[in-house]
Amino acid sequence: MDLSYGPEYDAFRRELRAFLERNRERAPRGGVVAAAGSRDPALLAWQRLLIEHGYAARTVPKQYGGFGAEPDLLVRIILDEEFARAGVSPGLAGQGPQMLVPTLLEHGSEAQRERWIGPTIRGEVVWCQGYSEPGAGSDLANVQTRAVEDGADFVINGQKIWTTTAHLADMMFGLVRTEPGAGKHGGLSYLLIPMHTPGIEVRPLGTMTGHAEFNQVFFTDARVPQSNVVGRRGEGWKIANTTLKHERNALATVGQLEAALARLVELMRQETRDGRRALDDPALRDRLLRLQARVLAMKYHGLRMLTASLRKESPGAAGLVTKLAGCELAHQIAELAIDAMGELGVLYGGARHERAGGLWQLQYMFSLGLIIGGGTAQIQKNIIAERGLGMPREPRAARIEP
Amino acid sequence: MPIARARELMATETGHDPKVWRALAELGVAGMLVPEAHGGGGQRLLDAAVAAQALAHAAAPTPFLGTSVMAVVALAAAGAEAQQREWLPRIAAGSACLGVAATELASRRAGAGVEERGGRLAGTSLFALEAGVADAFLVALDADRVALVPRGARGLGVTLLPTIDRTRRVAELRLDGVSPTAWIEGAGAARRMLDAGRVALAADLLGCCERALAMAVDYAGQRQQFGRPIGSFQAVKHLCAEMVAELEPARSLVWYAAHAFDERPDEAPLLAAHAKAHLAEIGTRIVRTATEVHGGIGFTDEHDLHLWFKRVGLGRQLLGGPDVLREEAARLQGW
Repeated sequence: MDLSYGPEYDAFRRELRAFLERNRERAPRGGVVAAAGSRDPALLAWQRLLIEHGYAARTVPKQYGGFGAEPDLLVRIILDEEFARAGVSPGLAGQGPQMLVPTLLEHGSEAQRERWIGPTIRGEVVWCQGYSEPGAGSDLANVQTRAVEDGADFVINGQKIWTTTAHLADMMFGLVRTEPGAGKHGGLSYLLIPMHTPGIEVRPLGTMTGHAEFNQVFFTDARVPQSNVVGRRGEGWKIANTTLKHERNALATVGQLEAALARLVELMRQETRDGRRALDDPALRDRLLRLQARVLAMKYHGLRMLTASLRKESPGAAGLVTKLAGCELAHQIAELAIDAMGELGVLYGGARHERAGGLWQLQYMFSLGLIIGGGTAQIQKNIIAERGLGMPREPRAARIEP
Repeated sequence: MPIARARELMATETGHDPKVWRALAELGVAGMLVPEAHGGGGQRLLDAAVAAQALAHAAAPTPFLGTSVMAVVALAAAGAEAQQREWLPRIAAGSACLGVAATELASRRAGAGVEERGGRLAGTSLFALEAGVADAFLVALDADRVALVPRGARGLGVTLLPTIDRTRRVAELRLDGVSPTAWIEGAGAARRMLDAGRVALAADLLGCCERALAMAVDYAGQRQQFGRPIGSFQAVKHLCAEMVAELEPARSLVWYAAHAFDERPDEAPLLAAHAKAHLAEIGTRIVRTATEVHGGIGFTDEHDLHLWFKRVGLGRQLLGGPDVLREEAARLQGW
């Protein structure tokens, strides 16, 4: 990786800083999590402004509403650094811009790209992902939600689970079974489903955090045009795996780890036990430094992986470890924060003396959800060992056709 | 270097093969950090880190760490012209070696430490590097001052200390009124020497980890139990996946620490401390796990894996164990 900035990058950074200074009042409050699925007009206006200047949707082609620049590692780094430094929203996050748009760019028809990419990156269309089902989690190819041909449409029956943002979404990109005779993997298609279609019901799914970050989605004779298939019928598994690749890289971002660590250090400066700062407690301090080393390792690992993807090189086993290592690290950072707070670390629900609005406890629990979701740690280890290290697969039990 | 040869050298007094070292000199490895004006390669620490990694991969018994990295960095940074001319060309040619006594910069065991009184040195330094072959030693007194002491100097006693790692030789230096032939002071030379040594050790640990992991995966693919390769069992797969998940981000950390030494000197001490501490932690876990993947045979002398187990063991403690380095990292950040 070439980390030496040149004059054109310095100029870019200066312009960006000036832009952020001039315009920070126009940026919406709140972090990335608040933005997912939000219709806040201020956020959408901010996103449009960012795209205009090439600070969001930078590499999405111009013809679809993006800025149309070439991928550039140093520009990405500068964008991350400067927005973080300014404490300003970097624009829209969410499954639409982060997962669907790259998938459409890779597999979608021209008509689909024209119809969906622009509105998605501008936040006008909100997406949710319809993959997991109660019977298809780690074994995702076991999807049972059926889409049966009827004239020019599909009629959908079934159920999805763990659908983030479904209650706010206009559209779902979903994995459904369209080819009954084609076998487990070959029978799936990638379908774009309007969420307001009659027959679709969304129910919140409460988690241990006390919130309902996810949903269940029930389909009862919901009718969707066949032209909403992305790629070809029966190619859904291949296409879904493209999306999953983007999800895994988005789930454990380095910037979030660095920000969490910085908040942890601040916490450990403030909290005391028996009159001594948590930062000065040798055991807690040592744990903090261990975590810092890991955060640094993930930071430089991220740069190396980004370099590889920009050069269209395969990083081998190294490219498969980000989700596993990053999510575990996020969980451990929250774990130390709670220990540093001691009893005060288990206050929740707006208690007196609660720190940071109970955010650390929320992150501790939610990060466990992330260790499990998007591919469990155990599945990640299987993939790393088999695909990354070439270790022999387990002998399979007899295949059962759906 | 075939492991059989490494094992032969391990059994010798000095653990050194002058022919191998000269061959490495001819390849440009011994003098890679020596400035071109003195007959070296004029390369950077990032290049030396790659070499350190490769040497560790082979468990090669060489004085690369102390001589080619630490001593050269110190001399090139702040050595007098005369000292540079005396030592650097011979290091590059592979005909002279320098040892380094810098342990007490990181921490002091009971009774250790070297002081200067009226221009003469007195005290003890433990774990001086390259002690088997050094023609002279760089003795670090503190963060600013390094003394150059020839092996035969009056008042200097050198006692080899056998460790678990027979691929490298360390010694106790006892100094009693020793007059150094030269001082290397200023330009933060001792600090730079220490940081370079830590990065090179981190790279060495990385090479050991890579070797151990590769051996484990290979073995798991060959060894059959219960009618199938043990690598097809999920428990074994997961042990190997965990090793990779530790190793790959750590690789990037080592490279960046070397890069920081070369290009971002303000960040260098912190990155060097963190890189070495982190590689020490994952290193011990990886060689232990690799041994377990090998089952009983991994525990035998006949199998070579324990050479890297022990090289990691020594590397973990040299120039500051992980907890010492983490505390230093905290202080460097004003925590």
